[in-house]
Order: sequence, then C-alpha cells, then structure tokens
Amino acid sequence: MSTRANDNRRLLVRLGIAAVAMFGFGFALVPFYEAICQVTGLRNILQPDVVENTQVDPSRQLTIELDANTHDLAWRFRPTQNSVDIHPGQLVEITYEVTNTRDVAVTGQAVPSYGPQIAGDYFKKLNCFCFEKQTLAAGETRVMPVLFVVDPKLPNDVHTITLSYTFFEVEGTQAQKTAPAGRS
Amino acid sequence: MSAVTPDQVHDDHHHHGPTGLMRWITTTNHKDIGTMYLIFSFIMFLSGGVMALTIRAELFKPGLQIVQPEFFNQLTTMHGLVMVFGAIMPAFVGFANWMLPLMIGASDMAFARMNNWSFWLLPVAAILLIGSFFVPGGATAAGWTLYAPLSVQMGMGMDLTIFAVHIMGISSIMGAINIVVTVLNMRAPGMTMMKMPLFCWTWLITAYLLIAVMPVLAGAVTMILTDRHFGTSFFNAAGGGDPVLYQHVFWFFGHPEVYIMILPAFGIVSEIIPTFARKPLFGYASMVYATASIAILSFVVWAHHMFTTGMPAETQLFFMYATMLIAVPTGVKVFNWVATMWRGSMTFETPMLWATGFIFVFTMGGFTGLICAIAPIDIQVQDTYYVVAHFHYVLVAGSLFALFAGAYYWLPKWTGVMYSEFIGKLHFWCSIIFFNITFFPMHFLGLAGMPRRIPDYALQFADFNALASVGAFGFGLSQLIFIVAVVKCVRGDGKKAAASPWEDAQGLEWTVPSPAPHHTFEIPPVVK
Repeated sequence: MSTRANDNRRLLVRLGIAAVAMFGFGFALVPFYEAICQVTGLRNILQPDVVENTQVDPSRQLTIELDANTHDLAWRFRPTQNSVDIHPGQLVEITYEVTNTRDVAVTGQAVPSYGPQIAGDYFKKLNCFCFEKQTLAAGETRVMPVLFVVDPKLPNDVHTITLSYTFFEVEGTQAQKTAPAGRS
Repeated sequence: MSAVTPDQVHDDHHHHGPTGLMRWITTTNHKDIGTMYLIFSFIMFLSGGVMALTIRAELFKPGLQIVQPEFFNQLTTMHGLVMVFGAIMPAFVGFANWMLPLMIGASDMAFARMNNWSFWLLPVAAILLIGSFFVPGGATAAGWTLYAPLSVQMGMGMDLTIFAVHIMGISSIMGAINIVVTVLNMRAPGMTMMKMPLFCWTWLITAYLLIAVMPVLAGAVTMILTDRHFGTSFFNAAGGGDPVLYQHVFWFFGHPEVYIMILPAFGIVSEIIPTFARKPLFGYASMVYATASIAILSFVVWAHHMFTTGMPAETQLFFMYATMLIAVPTGVKVFNWVATMWRGSMTFETPMLWATGFIFVFTMGGFTGLICAIAPIDIQVQDTYYVVAHFHYVLVAGSLFALFAGAYYWLPKWTGVMYSEFIGKLHFWCSIIFFNITFFPMHFLGLAGMPRRIPDYALQFADFNALASVGAFGFGLSQLIFIVAVVKCVRGDGKKAAASPWEDAQGLEWTVPSPAPHHTFEIPPVVK
C-alpha cells in the first residue's frame, strides 16, 4: 500500500511540474509570437519598408487623405495639409504637427492604419515618426515628416487612400490615470 | 442529491466524522465531494440560465426594453464564464468523482484531501465572479474570451474575474491531477487500461488536456492583470504589444477547452448506449484512439477562431484543414454509437432518450462546426448568431444533454431510488423541443448577418428573435422539471433501485448496492 502512495506522490509531482511548465509556456508564447512575426514580416509597423521599384506611373493619380487622432492623450495632433494628390511610384513627403498641451513631458507612440485596408500592403513608408516613440516636453510643438511611396501595383479600383495615425500614450511615462470605472 | 447520509452507512465501516455542515466542509469522501460538485454546478447552471433569460428577454423585440447595453454586455460575458467554468466543467468533475473510483474498483480518489480543496476553491471563485456584478462599473463586459484591449480597459470587475479564473484554474488542475493519478495507479487488480469503461478513458485524456491548457489561460489572464496594473505591454500596441497575441494565447487554451467540455460527454454516452442497446460498445479500441486523436489535434487548430485577424492565406489553410481533420475521429465516434445501436434490443428509458438526443443534436452542431471551419465562410459568419447557434448546439445539446443522460443513468445508484420515468421523459421532450426552438432560428439570423453580443437589432430579425426568446424561456423552465425528478429521488419517493437497476448494464459500479454505501471497494474487487 505504501508503494502505491509513493507512486501516487511521484506522479503528482510530475504532473504538478507539467502544470507549472505549461504556465511558463504561456509566457514563452510571447517571444515566440514576436519571432514568428519578425521572420514572416507580419505586422512589422515599426520598420521602414524596402522599396524596390520607384518607377513613377504618371498615368494614374491618387488622392492621399491625411487623418490624425489621439487616444486618451492630451496632445493636439494634425496633418499640415488635409490631402495630397500623387502618382503611384512617386516619392512624397508630408508632415504632421503635434503639440503637447500638458504641463509635463509625455511619451507617445503613433500607430498607422489605412483605408481601404488593402492599401496598407502597397503603402511603403521610408521614414515615419511612427517608427519610434516620440517624447514631447511640456508645451512642445514638433513637425514630423512621413516619406512614402505608393507601390504602382496598387489595384486599379483604388483612387483614394486614407492614411490615419492614432497617437497612444506610452504607459509608465505618466502618473497613473484614474480611469472611470466600467468604461469600455 | 445528498445520496448517502451517515446513518445509512453500515458494512464493517462506520463513519466517524463531524456531522452537519462540518461533515460537508471537511469531507474527503469521493461520493460526498462528487455530490457537492454536482449541486454546485447545478446552482451555477441556474444562475447562468437566469442571465441567458435576461438576454433573451431583452432580445424579444427590437429596441432597448429591459437592460442597458453596458449591462447587456456584462450579461453575455458572465453567462459564458459561469456556464463554462461554473456549470459544465464542475459537473463533469462531479461525475468523475462519483463514478471513476466505482468504475475502476478503487476505494477513493488518490488524493482525498486535495480533492476536498479542489472543490472548496470553487465557491470562492463563484463568489468573486458573481460578486463582480456589484462593484463600481459592474462585471467585466469583454466577452467570455476576455479579449484585449477591452479587458485591459475594464473596471475592477475585470480584476475580480481574473482572480476567479485563477482560482478555478487551480481547482481544475488539482482535480485533473487527482483523476490522472487515480486512473493510472488505483485500478483494481485485473482492470487493465483497455478494460476500463470508456468514461474513464475520456476523463483520463480530458485531465491531461486540463493540465496542459489551464495554466496557459492562467498565464493569459495574468498578462492582462500586469498590463492593467503593472505597466507591462503584452497586449498594448502603444507599448510595443499586440492585442492579437492575446487571441493566440487564449485560443491555445480555448480550443482544447472545447474538448475538455465534450470528451467526458462522449464517455457518458458511450456508457449509456451499450446498456440500452443491450450490446457491447462497437469499436471500443477505435473509440479510445479517436478520443486521443481529438485531444492531440485540438492543440493545432486554435487559430480557426481568428480567421478575420489578418492571417496569411497559408496559415488560414493550415488551420482550416487541421480543423476539418477533427471531423474524422469525431465521425468515428458517431458511427460507433450508431453501430452499437444497430440491431440492438433498444429500449428508450430516459437516459437513452437523452443519449440518442445527444447524438442527433450534437451531430448537427458538429456539422455547423465543419461549416465554420471553412475559412471563407467563417469570415462571413464570424461574430454572428450562426456561431452562437453552432456552439450552443455542441455545448447545450452536447455537454449538457450528456450530463442529464448521465444524471438519470446513475441517479438510482446515487440515491437508491428510481426516478420517475414520466418526469424524466417530460424533461427530455421539453428540453429537446424548446432547445431547437431557441437555437435553430439563430442559424438563419446569423446567415442573415445579425451580430452577436448586441442588445438591439434591425427590424428584419424580429420574428426569429421572438421565436428564440419564447424557446429560451420554455427551455429554462423545463430545467425545473429536473429539480422535481432529483428531489423525489433524494426524498425516497419512488421505487427502490436494485444494485443494477438496468437490465444489461455492465461495469463495477453496478456490483455495489444502491445507494452506493459511503465506503466501497475497501477490498479491491478482482476483474477477470
């Protein structure tokens, strides 16, 4: 009977270790996921795109509408022009202007998105303020460039692309917010 | 369902323990603990049901009548959490506690004290979960999947839910370890692995799944907790995290979880059908292998819940084919059940009705699952009522119907009294009819584009929604019939049950008297 008790205990310890290891595995999924994204180039929004073909297609005209948003962030953020007309393959520079309206330094990160969604695959940014975090001193204003090329392989039915940036405040650089409870 | 009270205990053993409430708090007896699990899960089933009925009452007609959208979202979230973690899972653990030692000829579970602790963690978790309705901001409304970024932004109800999930996870892991050790080490002499009743096999495999994936869920909610309060950025895009990562981690748990809730149901049905077809189970070995294949495949299909997150086409194809592959072992099971019935001398007592009802309705849910597995179709029906219909067909008509089948099948063993066939059959027919009235229209609603988790809807969905709501109230009220059936048995109001009340039931559990004495198989039986 006591050998059975020992057997039971041994199995208990092994299964317990397995459970703890699986808890660790859950966290190991995080670097694993990032490695997969890096290898496959998925969702890599923080790095400049590589542009191979800069042949300008003058026969096509595209309107790039510029949009700016902030998420829970007391910054004034807007594009310096509302839209630009460009040709696919043309190297274009636009600028955004951002002002920190708070009396403390704040760090933010901009995340781009595109409308229509499919245009994101053809919108190649060579330089962008969204590639790194932006720290603005109290009251500072900054004009930030975006240098991009629209791939001429963009489907023909796309005539307008909306480039939209949202600035998020980077956690840990500010006093803890007292978030209203139950807000969703 | 308190089947065995101390004064009924006899044999050469006497129960020397505390009496009254302390008896239940301190008990280490697998039958007592199994009973408590079953009562707990039924209470949770009723609370989750009340939430579901509030949801259906709101959806009875378009517009907002009864609850506000914020509260509606809390209800859909909590209904899912309570039913999954509070009702279905503990109910199966209750069956495991009661039946596994009886089926393999063991005197108790391997770790009786740990068993007590596994159970008593659950009420604590339930209080945290239900109590979160009453904190400022209310319960979490992020959906039962607790997706980031919503779950990172919720009020303190979310924190309570995270802790409840942690506690329920610890409880499940301890219960699962107990079951693995019991099944592997405590079998009676001669009870080889391939002689075990299929319910033991399905629970053994389920227990391994639990040990493998519950810690992953605990990890996922821990990441949410640190994102919320400790400045980490696992899921926060601004800090370099990614909300889609949450979905990967969650569904790595979530898909095996689906099988955790259905494999023990397969086990119960595999016990009942041979009894009432009066034939041995067709293809026993293939059933074991099919269960194991389902469990292994369940680890490589998780991203079929995420076809709309912008995965590359090759990834979608992989997960689509892997998912469809699961239909093969599941099909093996369904065909084996049908083959067991084939040319059997079938009778349709209540457990058999539930079991055949299970096969019929669960298979429909399986087919809609196959449809959802097809990536281009899934992208169309993602987050619509089609998905709601699908998973209620497999979870209500699958897991819950099998639980009722098992409850009626073993009630005479638990209480020593035969339930009333009339009440049992009434319960079955009301349930299966109202179940289909509730959930069948949801397929059409989903195909027509009605989104899930929304308290209001466009006018063209009104008729089917009204129908579903009527069905839901019918289904909910039908479950009260079950209480009558059980209470009658517990009070001894019925025919006394023989040790083996079914004509041709096989298995060691039928060799002990009904009701099963407090201590059984102190001297292990010898299985030939």
